[in-house]
Amino acid sequence: MDKSSKSQDMALAIRRKAIEMTSASGASHVGSCLSIADILAVLYGGVLKVDSEFPDSPDRDRFILSKGHAAAALYAVLSEVGFISDNEVLTHCGDGSRLMGHASHHLPGIEFSTGSLGHGLPVGGGMALADVLDGKDRRMVVLLSDGECDEGSNWEAIMFAGHQKLKNLMAIVDYNKIQSLKSTHDTLDLEPFVDKWQAFGWAVTEVDGHDHEALLDAFTAPTDSKNRPRVVICHTTKGKGVSFMENSVLWHYRSPQGEEYDAAVAELNAN
Amino acid sequence: MRDVFIATLMDLAAKDPNIILITGDLGFGVLGQFEEKFPNQYFNSGVAEQNMTALAAGLALSGKTVFTYSIANFPTLRCLEQLRNDVCYHKANVIAVSIGGGFSYGGLGASHHATEDLAIMRALPNMHALVPSDTWEVEETTKFLSKGVGPGFLRLDKTLPKTLGDTPDSFSYGRARQLRNGSDATIVVAGGILEDAIVASQLLDERGISVRLLTMPSLSSIDMEAISDAINDTGALFTVEEHRVVGGLGSAIAEEALEAGLRPKIFRRFGIRGNDFVTDVGTQAYMKKAIGIDGQQLANDIYEALAQ
Repeated sequence: MDKSSKSQDMALAIRRKAIEMTSASGASHVGSCLSIADILAVLYGGVLKVDSEFPDSPDRDRFILSKGHAAAALYAVLSEVGFISDNEVLTHCGDGSRLMGHASHHLPGIEFSTGSLGHGLPVGGGMALADVLDGKDRRMVVLLSDGECDEGSNWEAIMFAGHQKLKNLMAIVDYNKIQSLKSTHDTLDLEPFVDKWQAFGWAVTEVDGHDHEALLDAFTAPTDSKNRPRVVICHTTKGKGVSFMENSVLWHYRSPQGEEYDAAVAELNAN
Repeated sequence: MRDVFIATLMDLAAKDPNIILITGDLGFGVLGQFEEKFPNQYFNSGVAEQNMTALAAGLALSGKTVFTYSIANFPTLRCLEQLRNDVCYHKANVIAVSIGGGFSYGGLGASHHATEDLAIMRALPNMHALVPSDTWEVEETTKFLSKGVGPGFLRLDKTLPKTLGDTPDSFSYGRARQLRNGSDATIVVAGGILEDAIVASQLLDERGISVRLLTMPSLSSIDMEAISDAINDTGALFTVEEHRVVGGLGSAIAEEALEAGLRPKIFRRFGIRGNDFVTDVGTQAYMKKAIGIDGQQLANDIYEALAQ
């Protein structure tokens, strides 16, 4: 089995579990989870050096899900690679569960708790800086949403990382172009998005965020020759994989129940 | 206080390469020596306190002990959520250092008056909010916070270049320090306003009132044994802080004392009263007078309270 088909299987599993989790718990943000299923599958399918047997290994790569509201997708992929049991996944958002609605560092395999937007990249910048100071050769990866890029704290961090030439820092943006109430274009336009990152001293790669080979190439590209941090802007579809959830603001909030749940599962199983 | 803090931090940084100082682009003429001596332990985040605090958390979660440095409300309120979520929730060894507590920058206007920081910092979970009152306490609280005890807030101001009164052998977190004993009333203070409390206690002494004087540097962990003794021994308790009376030292003591069933005959909080901003400006000494917490007015008010 090659890497791509392995990550394809993992992406499908993430989508199934995210739908199951958000349905069972009545939780929001299933669209945000489906949007990043492929990104997470490629990262955890072989890019990130993490080991569920040694979650605190000092040489592990570090990953922060800054868009913490898509925690169900993260819990799903962590269960796929052995950090969390399948049984615990079913407790998502339940009374007393460790799997809260936003990513929690109280779980093995999660470096940093998020939920309030605009925190992951600044903290990731600090972690990347620490690795530079300590001479550690490992990755620091932060996954952001597009709406999250409205937060000024991100641009403080983007400026700082560019200035410090943190080449070991990689930001990934889930650019599905839909935020909380409307499109990013109608809310607070990010364009010209590539130009902004470049102007702040970052190397920019644009990819189709559902093309596993393209994602793998982008994530494993050699560090920038000018020592710039790298951002991979992933053009994605919110709700990807379930036709009636795709490109819909409604599915930022709605939990799949009853017939909708059955239809979503059937559609995933057909693919 | 600022110079003592920097000198102490330089001693600590020389021994521990994991100690890092990040400034939010302030400290002209003060931080240069630190940068020169420890170029790999010093960063200027630019005027960007949210990133300063978050990146400090990232460094701390990678094994560093990070002091963030700015003035007035900038290292605290400007980046409050970064302190709460990134630092305190993750128990990161980040110490937010504010130079300019209270009215240290009294002439610069309300933006530079740090008069709610004690209330807000002590409300944060896992936070060690420390308010040294003299040189010895600045040195000791800095050393304590450098030992990887978790999140910290160090509120410094521009007063008091020297150590006042006797010092214990070592600093104990959560313990008050008694600077003078007395039998008629107790004044509890946190911060450089100690110098006014000393003046007040001397003036009261001249008028036949014997005052016990305590400093309470550990705002997040009030020394209730010392408060209980003070109430039992002297009956009257007065708190003094360069801060609104809402939520700070006086509030912290009142909350704990009431729950502990302690009933001082007289209890009064000296600080900023009223619900509006202090719109006056001037030197720190002028500002203290304007709001009635300079030594002379403290002595008068305490004398009258005891006479009633």
